[in-house]
Amino acid sequence: MSAAHNTAVPFETELLEKHRALRTARLSLPLRTDEDVVYLRKHVRERAVGIALSLVDQTKLVTAASELARNTIKYGGGGQVHLDELLDGFKKGICLIFVDDGPGIPDLELALRDGYTTGGGLGLGLSGSKRLCDEFEIDTRPGEGTAVCIVKWKR
Amino acid sequence: MERIPILRMGDLLLVTIQVDMHDRLAMTLQDDLTQRIVSDGAKGVLIDISALDLVDSFIGRMISNTAAMARVLDAQTVVVGMQPAVAITLVELGLTLHGVKTALNVEKGMALLGKNHF
Repeated sequence: MSAAHNTAVPFETELLEKHRALRTARLSLPLRTDEDVVYLRKHVRERAVGIALSLVDQTKLVTAASELARNTIKYGGGGQVHLDELLDGFKKGICLIFVDDGPGIPDLELALRDGYTTGGGLGLGLSGSKRLCDEFEIDTRPGEGTAVCIVKWKR
Repeated sequence: MERIPILRMGDLLLVTIQVDMHDRLAMTLQDDLTQRIVSDGAKGVLIDISALDLVDSFIGRMISNTAAMARVLDAQTVVVGMQPAVAITLVELGLTLHGVKTALNVEKGMALLGKNHF
């Protein structure tokens, strides 16, 4: 596993700084292997407990993170995830941004449809993750890469 | 290689998943279980997931596939002990574990497999 500083993904996306004004901390981790996904899940769980998300919301966020991390590795050929802590007034949240410099998603609308897959999976990763989070945004450009940003706010 | 142990009890196979499963581990378990159903002549498989704090689409698919493979090999599968938060997340994700029998705990799972006498 390589250190975060030399795993920077060249795909330039505005999503990286979308919540800049609300961000209080950022941790960047590489996403290359199965073990990286497990490591990310642990980190996300810790942060979610840290801002006192309910157990159900913790589970939803960790599950969404697992789905999207797998997508980054499987479809994006690996990349990076940024784990941000957000503070909006008194409201706390966690933002995750998955970035890869893979082939991009040619038809986003189709990719967001339940059951659509090009990889032999169930086709629930993207659409399911969207349902599990409060905010969900994708930036993808053919041949350049894909970034997915999700946010879960403490209720 | 990392593996999840499979215990045999009469004609049942018991699995307790105690680790945070990565994808390769899930695939290995699916393969191992299918092998053991045949080699041990098992009639039932009980998978305890009470220690799992996450079931994503990959693990969910592994569970569904294992149950389907067991069925065509003449064995029943029961998944027991799912945490409430996991159940809520799983359904919202869009997974219903169609065709998989579930029970609240090991005891009820055993009963479902027709083993009331342990």
